[in-house]
Amino acid sequence: MSAVLQNLVNQPYKHGFVTEIESDIAPKGLNEDIIRLISTKKNEPEWLLSFRLKAYQKWLAMTEPEWQNVHYPKIDFQSISYYSAPKLKQKLASMDEVDPELLRTFEKLGVPMHERAALAGVAVDVIFDSVSVATTYKEKLAEVGIIFCSISEAVQNHPELIQKYLGSVVPVGDNYFAALNSAVFTDGSFCFIPKGVKCPMDLSTYFRINTEGSGQFERTLIIAEEGASVCYLEGCTAPRFDTNQLHAAVVELIALDNADIKYSTVQNWYAGDENGVGGIYNFVTKRGLAKGINSRISWTQVETGSAITWKYPSCILRGDNSVGEFYSVAVTNNYQQADTGTKMIHLGKNTRSTIVSKGISAGHSNSSYRGLVRITPTAEGARNYSQCDSMLIGDQSGAHTFPYIQVHNNSAIVEHEASTSKIGEDQLFYFSQRGIDAEEAVSMIINGFCKDVFQQLPMEFAVEATKLLSFKLEGSVG
Amino acid sequence: MIDKNSRAILSVQGLRASINGTEILKGIDLTVKSGEIHAIMGLNGSGKSTFAKVLAGHSAYEITGGSVQFEGNNLLELPPEERARSGLFLAFQYPIEIPGVANTQFLRLAYNTVQTKRGKEELDPLEFDDFVREKMKLLEMNPDFLDRSVNEGFSGGEKKRNEILQMALLEPTLSILDETDSGLDIDALKTVASGVNQIANKNNAMILVTHYQRLLDYIVPDFVHVMQAGRIVMTGGKELALELETRGYDWVNANKSVTGVIA
Repeated sequence: MSAVLQNLVNQPYKHGFVTEIESDIAPKGLNEDIIRLISTKKNEPEWLLSFRLKAYQKWLAMTEPEWQNVHYPKIDFQSISYYSAPKLKQKLASMDEVDPELLRTFEKLGVPMHERAALAGVAVDVIFDSVSVATTYKEKLAEVGIIFCSISEAVQNHPELIQKYLGSVVPVGDNYFAALNSAVFTDGSFCFIPKGVKCPMDLSTYFRINTEGSGQFERTLIIAEEGASVCYLEGCTAPRFDTNQLHAAVVELIALDNADIKYSTVQNWYAGDENGVGGIYNFVTKRGLAKGINSRISWTQVETGSAITWKYPSCILRGDNSVGEFYSVAVTNNYQQADTGTKMIHLGKNTRSTIVSKGISAGHSNSSYRGLVRITPTAEGARNYSQCDSMLIGDQSGAHTFPYIQVHNNSAIVEHEASTSKIGEDQLFYFSQRGIDAEEAVSMIINGFCKDVFQQLPMEFAVEATKLLSFKLEGSVG
Repeated sequence: MIDKNSRAILSVQGLRASINGTEILKGIDLTVKSGEIHAIMGLNGSGKSTFAKVLAGHSAYEITGGSVQFEGNNLLELPPEERARSGLFLAFQYPIEIPGVANTQFLRLAYNTVQTKRGKEELDPLEFDDFVREKMKLLEMNPDFLDRSVNEGFSGGEKKRNEILQMALLEPTLSILDETDSGLDIDALKTVASGVNQIANKNNAMILVTHYQRLLDYIVPDFVHVMQAGRIVMTGGKELALELETRGYDWVNANKSVTGVIA
């Protein structure tokens, strides 16, 4: 490894600042009282409190999963604060009343909170620590019947929808971290696209963890009714702390007949320093239910941050002819660990799924793809195509692939392709002999490698992701 | 194409280099002037490919002695990309495959980088497309090459043509062709040689590293050097290559002390 490569990967994290803002923080620790406190603070109906308490009981009976290919000290769940909210004026009538300090924070992060200054046609819900602080374009979306707001607001204003769908795709006891989230989730985004409506703009949520020692447990719920379609984007950053922070989110998507949900994530949580100190533990459960016929759920993720990433955005293809897609780029550097992939559960007839996963590992990091393709006996004529490619930078990093394929219907066609490659000295020498320096060479090789996934991202996101990757890997080559 | 007004482009004196502690180049002296074509011949392991890579700045080699002046600058002080930008080009013996990167994108970045260094305008993708297609005619290349990944799945002949295409685009002052003839059938060899001959002019120079005399039937050198055990042991005109072909390298061993070095 020459020094050029090393320098390339080791660029500072530019979102690592902390916002000085007065916060309302719950005492550390987890017990029923804390859950009641969260529920009271959020003025929740009784059924939601019992939802939380049921989840908590399930969680108590569960053990932390250990099968994943990541290693970290036991998390002390009693040392985390489960609620942290910036102190706000009672109720915000308009965006102009948002704390200027918060506005500055998001401006610095490049998130448009003013509608007039917003990126052409992207509505944003902004989550700061445990609460949603602003949602743009709400009224405009309401004109076509779209509900886009924080999940806390939805609990107050649309309880029937929440009660019907919350936990319907990821049950409270689904897994250890989903159970924890169900017990303590504080905010998140809610989005409802009624029958026949094509959402006129991209919707997005921006997550920011600010307070040290707090966890973030957001909950996102997206419902697309018959014939509806929506494109949803999610971005996240956090300040730089020496301690690890826990982020355990749950995202549920529901697509009814002929509905289409496309969910894109650019995850850039703080990853820890070059020695692996600090960083976010990102344990996330994302699942979409393609419930209706001809429905489609598509996940695209660019995972660059977090000390540990544990996440498997999945599709349950229940409707006949439904389609599931997973496009992923996971980049790890220094001492980051990622165990990520997807699950495609084929239940309906002629269901189709596509998996394209690109893992890039630099430094001392480890990246694993873990994926399940299950064709159940009812899934006549199901098809899956999977492609898993890994790229290694340097000689200290690792790439692993754990594909699980379960076929219980012999009419299925399942294809799996995998490759591992390495950015070699010879490739870099070839570029440099043509006058191209190592940074540009690496960026070009990586972007070429990720092309199939980046093509799936909305334009602005694709540009952002490309920049993020070059930045991330700067110094890793040489 | 030796010219009275020619100037020295490359001047190598006593160059020594080793890899993993083993000395490969043991004192090379060579001067190349503008308008000249030099051929370096020798058996496998004689050090000729190492010499090419050392001049281009491959990091695997350690320079243990001597000096290299290129266009009046100390070449050994420059990183490889600076050497390339200042006009030194190496056509690789084994061109590297770069999956996922479109050839046209790679060629344009290389071209624009070198143009910028020369204080010239960069070309946008459309302008570049016209420009590169013109150059490809020189080498009878199919425009499909532009959309394919750099060298990926190219045949041996296609890879070598792609190297010469880059040489045509970058217009180097000094081109080093490392065994460009290996793996080429006779038709491909003729095409490549004709491309090289059209690029050669009185302002630039070339070093052809080759094993066989065959290439020199099509690209006629002004000087032929024979390399052995990391040194140039014999230098002559183009007829030396023919002599070598008929008499073999053993003849060099018997005669190098007699013939001496006509450097």
